Amino acid sequence: MSPWQFLADLTNPDLAFLPKALTIAVLSAIMCGVVGCYVVLRGMAFIGDAVAHAVFPGLAIAFLFSGSLVLGGTIAGVVTALLVTVFAQNRRLKEDSVIGIFFVAAFALGIVIISRAPGYAGSLQQFLFGSITGIPDRDLYVVGATTIAVLLTVFLLHKEFVAVTLDREMARALGLRVFWLDLMLYVLVTLAVVMAVQTIGNILVLALLVTPAATARLLTDRLAVMMALAPAIGAGCALVGLYLSWSWDLPVGGTVVLTLTGAFLIAQLAAPRHGLIARLAA
Amino acid sequence: MTAALQMTGVAADLGGRPVLRDVDLRLDAGDFTALLGPNGAGKTTLMRAALGLLPLRAGTVSTASAGYVPQRHEFTWDFPASVQDAVLSGLVRRIGLLRRPKVAHWQAVWAALDQVKLGDLRKRPVGELSGGQRQRVLVARALVLEPAVLLLDEPFTGLDMPAQETLTDLFTEIARERAVLMATHDLTAAAYTCDRLILLNRTVIASGPPADLKDPEVWMRTFDVGPGSHLLKALDLVGA
Repeated sequence: MSPWQFLADLTNPDLAFLPKALTIAVLSAIMCGVVGCYVVLRGMAFIGDAVAHAVFPGLAIAFLFSGSLVLGGTIAGVVTALLVTVFAQNRRLKEDSVIGIFFVAAFALGIVIISRAPGYAGSLQQFLFGSITGIPDRDLYVVGATTIAVLLTVFLLHKEFVAVTLDREMARALGLRVFWLDLMLYVLVTLAVVMAVQTIGNILVLALLVTPAATARLLTDRLAVMMALAPAIGAGCALVGLYLSWSWDLPVGGTVVLTLTGAFLIAQLAAPRHGLIARLAA
Repeated sequence: MTAALQMTGVAADLGGRPVLRDVDLRLDAGDFTALLGPNGAGKTTLMRAALGLLPLRAGTVSTASAGYVPQRHEFTWDFPASVQDAVLSGLVRRIGLLRRPKVAHWQAVWAALDQVKLGDLRKRPVGELSGGQRQRVLVARALVLEPAVLLLDEPFTGLDMPAQETLTDLFTEIARERAVLMATHDLTAAAYTCDRLILLNRTVIASGPPADLKDPEVWMRTFDVGPGSHLLKALDLVGA
């Protein structure tokens, strides 16, 4: 299918779900790209994965009671983030073990809950792997408002997040409230992930968080550039991925993630200073 | 004159285990003091107590302001930040929540970088710096708050000789207007360059100018070594 045909489909009123899915995919890719920069630089990809899985029971409960998926997922994600932050203060256990315990438990809880819902197999697949149909109009406003809120929070707390990432101990010595900043960052990750879950799916959403930021890191040594590049890469790949998935009738989550992976591999090869080609030539 | 740092009867625990007890010390501007002791003697704990990072079990700490230079591995060097960004992070509290740095903040950053002689490298990514340059970035980050006392935690670890000597000159210069306390394992260099030594093993065993610490017994007690130790010979405390 040519890009023109795709554009025509996007504006076709009979296919109204398509521009909705695209809007949500692009906005959540922008959020995930920006928040993902902190995730990648702090080496907390595992936490991102945990949060992504932890929203599942909330989605399942919301689905069962026909409530708001976004609200359900956010509450579950924040509760898990809070449990991890609190339990990780106990230095006898390393943080990754605590995360490992809670995110699998949350995911298991989600599976048990959703098994009570009628038509269990179909809805499970939709949650895990994403879908571009069946998005209510209301979600568009929710995602739009959340994007603004997340980006504004990042803008306002950026220098504190940077200070904590650079040197936790020093941030503490300077009197920053490290616990609350950590929790705030987990909440941002949760929000970005929940928005992306519907189109990309629960299992693949980690790619939206980590891959664009990691790709941007390969391309620059400046944080400001990285935080502009990552959402641009994420949004571009969401657009291209959705186009490819629509053209060839492929699952949208998988196609977007593979597009992102392609961009990462190209950056790995051709990045200006740290790329494989530049290093071989040097 | 009020002390740059005064600790009185300080006791502190680490994970429920008592580490420091009855620590009394006073540092004044113009002192370049070395903090000496074996691993586990409580050198880092003493610094963290001075910074208010640890709850004290007993005693008091008073300081106008303390600047901290942690061990180099505490800092995320692969972060995409320039030298001046890293130093600016020391001002994050002073700039204030929800505010952006102003010209005056950047001028303070540049002044601190000039003082540690990194003015030319202020836009360089921190990941591209040598070990000695990294140490100087951390010193500048502490200096930017103009602290009364500068606490250096093993600044020479992993550095070669020219880098160590450049840093020693820098610390001596800083100590002209501030108090500097440096934890180090390099006993002979400390005895040669510092005005004052503090021998620490859970508590202050002895302190004073190097010339006054010629009694081998306090060194043996601090470092838990016998009379035949190389340490005493290296410090010229017993005949070789």
